[in-house]
Amino acid sequence: MTLLGRPIKRKEDFALLTGRGRFTDDVPVAAGTLSAHVIRSPHAHGLIRKVDKSRALAVPGVHCVIDGADVRRISDPFLLAVKEPVTQWALASDRVRYFGEPVAVVLASDRYRAEDAAALVDIEYEPLPAVIDPLQALDANAPRLHDGLSGNEIGPRNFVYGDPGRAFAQAGMIVKLTTSYPRNSFTPLECFVVTAEYRPGDGSYDVLSNFQGPFSAHPVMARSLRIPGNKLRLRTPADSGGSFGIKLSVFPYIVLMALASRIAGKPVKWVEDRLEHLTAASSGPNRITIAEAAVNRDGRVLALRLEQIEDYGAYLRAPMPGPLYRMHGASTGAYDIPNLAITNRIVLTNKAPAALIRGFGGPQLYLALERLMQRIAEELHLDPLDVIRRNLIPPKAFPYRAAAGALYDSGDYRRAVDVAIADGRLDELQQRRDAARAAGRRYGIGYAAVVEPGMSNMGYLSTLLTPAARERAGPKNGAVSMATVNVDPLGAVSVTADVPVQGQGHETAISQVVAEQLGLNPDDISVHLEIDTAKDQWSIASGNYSCRFTPGAAVAVHLAARRVRDKLARIAAKQLNVLADDIEFADGEVRSRSNPDNALSFGRAAGTAHWSPGMLPDGMDAGLRETAVWNPPELEPPDDSDRINTSLTYGFIFDMCGVEIDPVIGAVHVDRYYSMHDAGKLLNPMLAEGQIRGAFAQGLAAALYEEFIYDQNGIFQSANFADYLVPTACEIPPMTTMHMETPSPFTPLGAKGLAEGNCMSVPACIANAIADALGSEDIRLPATPPRILESISRNPPGKEPG
Amino acid sequence: MSTISVEVNGERHTAEVEDRTLLVHFLRDHLRLTGTHIGCDTSQCGACVVHLNGKAVKSCTMFAVQADGDSILTIEGLSRDGKLHPVQAAFQEHHGLQCGFCTPGMIMTAVDLLARHAQPDEALIRRELEGNFCRCTGYLNIIKAIQAASRAV
Amino acid sequence: MYPASFRYLRPATLGEAGQLFNSASDARYVAGGQSLIPAMKQRLASPSELIDISRIPALSFIRRDGDLLAIGAGTRHADVAASAEVEGAIPALATLAGLIGDPAVRHRGTLGGSIANNDPAADYPAAVLALDAVVTTNRRNIPADLFFTGMFETALEPGEIVTQVAFRLPRRAAYMKFPNPASRYAMPGVFVAEHAHGIRVAVTGAASCVYRASELESALAERLMPETLDTVTVAAEEFTSDLFASAEYRAHLVKVMAQRAVTSMLSSRHG
Repeated sequence: MTLLGRPIKRKEDFALLTGRGRFTDDVPVAAGTLSAHVIRSPHAHGLIRKVDKSRALAVPGVHCVIDGADVRRISDPFLLAVKEPVTQWALASDRVRYFGEPVAVVLASDRYRAEDAAALVDIEYEPLPAVIDPLQALDANAPRLHDGLSGNEIGPRNFVYGDPGRAFAQAGMIVKLTTSYPRNSFTPLECFVVTAEYRPGDGSYDVLSNFQGPFSAHPVMARSLRIPGNKLRLRTPADSGGSFGIKLSVFPYIVLMALASRIAGKPVKWVEDRLEHLTAASSGPNRITIAEAAVNRDGRVLALRLEQIEDYGAYLRAPMPGPLYRMHGASTGAYDIPNLAITNRIVLTNKAPAALIRGFGGPQLYLALERLMQRIAEELHLDPLDVIRRNLIPPKAFPYRAAAGALYDSGDYRRAVDVAIADGRLDELQQRRDAARAAGRRYGIGYAAVVEPGMSNMGYLSTLLTPAARERAGPKNGAVSMATVNVDPLGAVSVTADVPVQGQGHETAISQVVAEQLGLNPDDISVHLEIDTAKDQWSIASGNYSCRFTPGAAVAVHLAARRVRDKLARIAAKQLNVLADDIEFADGEVRSRSNPDNALSFGRAAGTAHWSPGMLPDGMDAGLRETAVWNPPELEPPDDSDRINTSLTYGFIFDMCGVEIDPVIGAVHVDRYYSMHDAGKLLNPMLAEGQIRGAFAQGLAAALYEEFIYDQNGIFQSANFADYLVPTACEIPPMTTMHMETPSPFTPLGAKGLAEGNCMSVPACIANAIADALGSEDIRLPATPPRILESISRNPPGKEPG
Repeated sequence: MSTISVEVNGERHTAEVEDRTLLVHFLRDHLRLTGTHIGCDTSQCGACVVHLNGKAVKSCTMFAVQADGDSILTIEGLSRDGKLHPVQAAFQEHHGLQCGFCTPGMIMTAVDLLARHAQPDEALIRRELEGNFCRCTGYLNIIKAIQAASRAV
Repeated sequence: MYPASFRYLRPATLGEAGQLFNSASDARYVAGGQSLIPAMKQRLASPSELIDISRIPALSFIRRDGDLLAIGAGTRHADVAASAEVEGAIPALATLAGLIGDPAVRHRGTLGGSIANNDPAADYPAAVLALDAVVTTNRRNIPADLFFTGMFETALEPGEIVTQVAFRLPRRAAYMKFPNPASRYAMPGVFVAEHAHGIRVAVTGAASCVYRASELESALAERLMPETLDTVTVAAEEFTSDLFASAEYRAHLVKVMAQRAVTSMLSSRHG
């Protein structure tokens, strides 16, 4: 019997289905806890001339009002991943740089009163000109955000792999394309929540927040608070209402509320509202990519050149610019392209700071790369699928070292494409397109081939430094995962791991992994994923991001369970008078494989370690609790030529879809969508399928609906769910998934990350289908009806679609 | 301040509330029924849906005083004797939830829809869910769960 | 997203409601509250008194009276949408009510609240105008053509309460709406009604206030076919431009929705 690979139902569900979830806002707070309301800048750029708290302080129930000057006295600016003079405190004190930037905090007996008083805090601003468009921000005459910077650009950094110059000089043809990936977010339904209490006895802070990691932000917070890390006790809750990368960005508010508690002398609770969340929580960065390919006449890509201009908004908060480098080693995607040149440019504008959202860096890269593959086909009058297939990395090449350093673990991309198009699926798509076009309707087919990274190498961000600067700073690399399996005196098993809850069903998957090793039922395993930095195992890599669960945390759990198993085998072997090699774990028993009647119950064997240390084999420690640390050796630091293996596992996705355009209204109707996945071994296909469908919906949202819009003065326009279009059940079309499994040789479970891939593939696939339907090169996302009509008016029906 | 008397999940509560207290805050903060969630504040997302006199309403868009004398059912009152309501059971069976934050509102909406439409087809279910956001599942499994529940109810 | 303080009042009768209003300093009536309460939470509205008229029994009814369909101002959208009486008399009106907001919003929102609020993108005002309705208040009768006066503005005087709307039964009618994908507001919606005395076409979600599209009406009066509108120009000058649609795109959609409404109307069972 194997438990791995089975669609076990979720342990998490009963509580969540019956209203007994334990989300951060549900947790009772200490008596006397104050409610916080954050006052935010109404300007995109301006100087703060005066903050007058007096009228607000007179409101009954108001405890205090905190401004930037208060915060600056007792804290330091946040550390950055780059050494640049971009300083940010938890509150703006002299200058605001984006609409919605926190300027003051009102603390009152309840939130209603805090908001009453907020209107009475008199803040005087002197507005400054704002710059919103990233290209305009690069202009020498643009308003400058940070005085210490010579402009609004950080970098740029140029990378060359192979000999792209020669390839471009000799190529039969050069195909060029510019894409613009919009700024958007995936807006978890639960907003940020922070409860913070300053403890004056030892000068420590006790915080509960729905923070998701990476815990590399913990030292950033501690430094800002001017305390060693052991005085910032950060806890994460038992349940969290989604994250999708966004809940990294609660960390400045953790610092803010910790400081507020210290100033107020009371515990403080802050619950972000939706307007605040959309306005100022976080988003993915918008990116402009100028992509060029040197190609042969048969569509073979000899070299690729990418200029990536990424807009991080007003501040570059650690660990930014993550999205610009997360895919770096895999910048050639699923294709065997030996020559590569990349220019990365970071630009700051008067928008809210951008950070990680699900898929970070992938959607931006693949929109450029996959649109470029389609353009190559169009230019050469080839079938786009032929161009894709001609360039896919061949199956014999694995493990495959990509030009920029990614070490692709396993795959058979050609077979995945073949399986996806088989059984008449592609034929049907083509027939539907032919029939629609014959009837004068606008129908297009799109493809996207995507390599999906799993578990980031913590050293990837240091690629942004020059090799010399890296040498000085010391090499950074690895991705540490930690887990503990504990067995109590009667054999009950509980597990902790360094992966906070965000709703993916990790408790269930972990219980499968542990039960598999110990011959138990998953229901027997208790899993606790609340993290307490004061008591639990954690590292800077801990967290729930970059698909690090299956290649990382689950492996640490597996290793810890194996250690428990090995120890128990030795304990049982002594009592059963057999060799430890002869011990097996099954049906709740620890027994001799050769004579199954010679058995101990699991609880009895485990109890020995607690009750009877004297019966243990010589030299064995009493107790039954094992912590494992997993840090795969493949995650090396960037080398002297800037090659970096950015992730541990690399799954493969091949998407194809058919869309029909309503040429009168401009609406895009997704007629058929297929998504083929190879994520190695699936631990729980039901959970895997759930992740894929969720990512599909978010990818579709990015392609057709969601966008953060600012007006020319930097006033945010998408601040509520009437103006920021989250698709409902009415908008998400059906989608067919397919799977194959080429296990990863680099992890003991063979499983790869899979939850971000469709966020990366779907925008590109839909854009390609729309381009095919309209015969248009320039597809702007989200492809809203007015934009589609604009595109149609540029390419009237007379023109033959591509 | 007003004194209100409300029946919640079959139990009568009399409470003193500020007139401006939203129903959702009354449920969460006064009665400690934290299963009802707040997701958008502007009445789009449906995480706060409860039944008011048997009909689904958004409890973030109503004041507690407005419910004086009324009967309210929240997610906590749906299952009886530790046994899941058929809609809840179907959500588990079909993996219709991930983070679980939208789930209480989604389920209360689904129960309301099944009360009005005994055998809804897929298109009707999608339409009826137009006021409930889920950011995790992509909706398909939710739709499947509601269809399955309609056969079980 | 927490409203300012106010005093809540729940009158039992219309008369009492009026008296409470007159003795209050800055009162607002609330019925369903589906527009007002979100506005109060954002402190875009901060009345000192909130007078809840949703429990006044006399305001909730649906009554067919000859060629009129009278609906009480307190009638919820869901009740209008599900009413056999409405479906039998003016099916397009039942359809419209079922397209407002979402099911939970329809369980609270009321006809009177919707038209008194007169959101530029609300659905009901289009029906009131196209169905040549008469709005009755606690003081007088107001013909639809005089009721909607501007963005969030109506002919209602301070303290005046809508009590019912009497819709004129058309020969046939249809409502077509292009909903904003998230908020479900019309962007735009077009209500076309053929009456014994002529065609009325009302447009919501395009300009700052619902209006009758005279250019569409006169064209359709000539020949009641969707193609008739092919050559009609809908002027965009007065239209709203926002995140989702430019004025020109809205003008384009007005024509398309009008054509689709005519098509639907001609194929309806009342045709």
